[in-house]
Amino acid sequence: MEPLTWTGSIAFLNPLLAIALALMVISILAWILASIILPEPQMTVNPDGTLTSGSGVRNLIQTVLRFSFLASVGLGVAYIVLGVLMGTSAGIIGAMSQQFLPVWLSLVLLYAMSIAFKRKLGLYGKLFDSPIGMIGFGLVMFWVFTGIFGALDLIVTHDPLSQVSGMKNKVPGTPLPSIEDGEYAWYLLGGDNLARDVFSRMVKGAWIVVQIAPLATMFAFMVGITLGLPAGYYGARLDTLLSFLANLILAFPVILLFYLLVTPEIVATGVPNYMAAILFIFPIIFLGVLLNSRYYTRPTFRTPLLIGVLGVALWLYLSLISTNGYIVNTDNYSIWGLPTYLDLFDVPGGILVVFVSVVFVNSPTVFRIVRGLAMDIKTRDYVAAAQTRGEGPWYIMLWEILPNARGPLIVDFCLRIGYTTILLGTLGFFGLGLPPESPDWGSTINEGRKLLSIYLHPALPPALALLSLVLGLNLLADGLREESLKD
Amino acid sequence: MGLFILRRVGIMLLTALCLTFLVFFLTNLYPNLEKLAKTQGNFRMSDEQVESFLEKGGYLQPTPIKYGEWLGVLPSYRHTNEDGTVQGRCILPGKTAEESPNFCGILQGYWGYSTVFKEEVSTVVGNRLALTGRLMFWVMLLMVPSALILGILAGMKEGSATDRTLSTFAITTTATPEYVSGVIFIAIFTSSAVGLKWFKGTATQAMENPTFENFFLPVLTIALYGMGYIARMTRASMTEVMTAQYIRTARLKGVSFPNIVMKHALRNALIAPFTVIMLQFPWLLNGVVIVETLFNYKGFGWALVQAAGNNDIQLLLAISVVSVFVVLVTQLISDIGYVYLNPRIRIS
Repeated sequence: MEPLTWTGSIAFLNPLLAIALALMVISILAWILASIILPEPQMTVNPDGTLTSGSGVRNLIQTVLRFSFLASVGLGVAYIVLGVLMGTSAGIIGAMSQQFLPVWLSLVLLYAMSIAFKRKLGLYGKLFDSPIGMIGFGLVMFWVFTGIFGALDLIVTHDPLSQVSGMKNKVPGTPLPSIEDGEYAWYLLGGDNLARDVFSRMVKGAWIVVQIAPLATMFAFMVGITLGLPAGYYGARLDTLLSFLANLILAFPVILLFYLLVTPEIVATGVPNYMAAILFIFPIIFLGVLLNSRYYTRPTFRTPLLIGVLGVALWLYLSLISTNGYIVNTDNYSIWGLPTYLDLFDVPGGILVVFVSVVFVNSPTVFRIVRGLAMDIKTRDYVAAAQTRGEGPWYIMLWEILPNARGPLIVDFCLRIGYTTILLGTLGFFGLGLPPESPDWGSTINEGRKLLSIYLHPALPPALALLSLVLGLNLLADGLREESLKD
Repeated sequence: MGLFILRRVGIMLLTALCLTFLVFFLTNLYPNLEKLAKTQGNFRMSDEQVESFLEKGGYLQPTPIKYGEWLGVLPSYRHTNEDGTVQGRCILPGKTAEESPNFCGILQGYWGYSTVFKEEVSTVVGNRLALTGRLMFWVMLLMVPSALILGILAGMKEGSATDRTLSTFAITTTATPEYVSGVIFIAIFTSSAVGLKWFKGTATQAMENPTFENFFLPVLTIALYGMGYIARMTRASMTEVMTAQYIRTARLKGVSFPNIVMKHALRNALIAPFTVIMLQFPWLLNGVVIVETLFNYKGFGWALVQAAGNNDIQLLLAISVVSVFVVLVTQLISDIGYVYLNPRIRIS
């Protein structure tokens, strides 16, 4: 087998792309310069009442910028389409595009459906009016689909943990020394210092982030909302106490906290299990209060609903916190949990402690945001109207204040998933929590950085992956903010 | 105002006490102590040996008592060995039990003895802090002016070409954590694979003799992550000011645009970024830990990683005291500064 080059037989596109990109950069610079140097475009009123704007240079620059941007995007798409069609004969880029085929299909389908029905989809549909939001959403969904399909073994070319002798630190596109039947013949992005496939590890790493980050952020939001609403609504002593606790956690440098919480020794003491037991009960409280405050006037409907929902929630809660029939299982003592035959799923100890500490770090900030919003919204007229109607405080908090605070909260949710991704990377970077052979991006960056001055390829793909995912989430949040402000 | 500061200082002390107790509790859990014993003695110690090691060091007392000893409000533990010599926290090597004081905690100015660096904690922290201080100084010098300039340029005309380009740049930097940007910088500027080799990939030499070559990359890496956030805040505050009534009045009077920006808008637009910059310090602390590990610059953050990795209780406590102190003092400064800069807000 021949080693692959980056672009293979579609290399004729490279100069074109270089020209388009160069044009784009030049026109952006010219655009900025023009907006500083040239005067504002003058509007002249014609005798027949129409307006003409002058300054042809500005328009020219904008046209060039638009066309060069479109050309770059078009060429990028051409790389992908040709890659999908030609596969490895289009080099590493082509081979990778072909591996990502399920992702491309899902993205195209998702975008086509969303744009077709965007007027019926509320805020989500409006996202497709903003180019920034669309780009961000595209980046995020790319990694989400990559994570899901990667977990289904559709994208990966090799097992992320298996080592192939002779592939240590090999550059991207190196063929395997001996190929068995059905095995992919190349390491597309090269091999790392333990001779594992960098490409497959990057794809598998996406699944870890896609699994943990949104879920952890959601739990942090549940905790923050359940505590922040009463703190903002009641104020007084409760607020002082909860704010003090929140500031206490926020005053901790995050990395010190991680080093104290996410070590094997602390896991052995069972501290993370206690924290999990406390933190994960908040979603149940949240759900219970949410439903009860809405339906307590109709006990015949409320009681079965609450029993059903809370029953399922409790079952999930107990399965989440108990492992092998124990909630806490240390050398000295143990607390019984759900029996194994009722246990729906087991979370490995490493993942649980990472999850708990990320929720723990994020919830005080959410608490502060929710508290501030609640303090602001409780002075509105509709809250006063609800109070006059005789609604209970929890109904007002959860069904009057919370829905009206959703705009900033949704935006912050997106930003916070990005921040959680960064935190997960930090944990991996310091080798905390997740097992050392885990393919998550932080650990891979940490491993790759040791040989960075000689071999770039093991560290750069996960670094760029993390960068693009977080950038996508930030752009998505920006687009959402823009669109929700338009209402 | 005096009462306000007094109350804030009170809350600060309470927070510091709670936090150090938390750190104390977590580092004194038995598995952590076992690790400490094994790293101090040897890794093949039996359970009984570990027990006797911890007994001698006074580690097996109840946590509140140990915490009191560390604070210096309780007399510290002494252990009489079989040969009659007395050892204890206060008895430094080369001193006898009689000439050593009974109380030795942070109230007496004694921060303990670092088990990793084999030095007094105060010297370790002092040295490391000086190195990190130098790093932070240059980070601030690079970050603050460039972030403010970026934000002001972007916020001058909302929606202009400059605004869009600079905002995109700011978003990109906030989306790039230090361990990503640092790795990319090292890859581009120092590796033999790319071949530019403009800078050094480690900052170890910068501890004795910092030059542009070995010190610029760590500084840039930390500065870039914080810069985007400050720039976005400055931009938001600048756009708000530029739509204010007095700016319109100035424009209608015929004041030139540069004059409006420099004389009328700038001072009002810089109030909000001031608090943001102050609150950025805790984040910089995180960046410092990552960057010092990445570039092997043996400062405060590097010491934190070493202390935490080896469960060096005394050093870890000192480090958390210092970092909590930094966080709370910057919060206080930002609150006071905000009131001082913005006459519209007065504390009731």
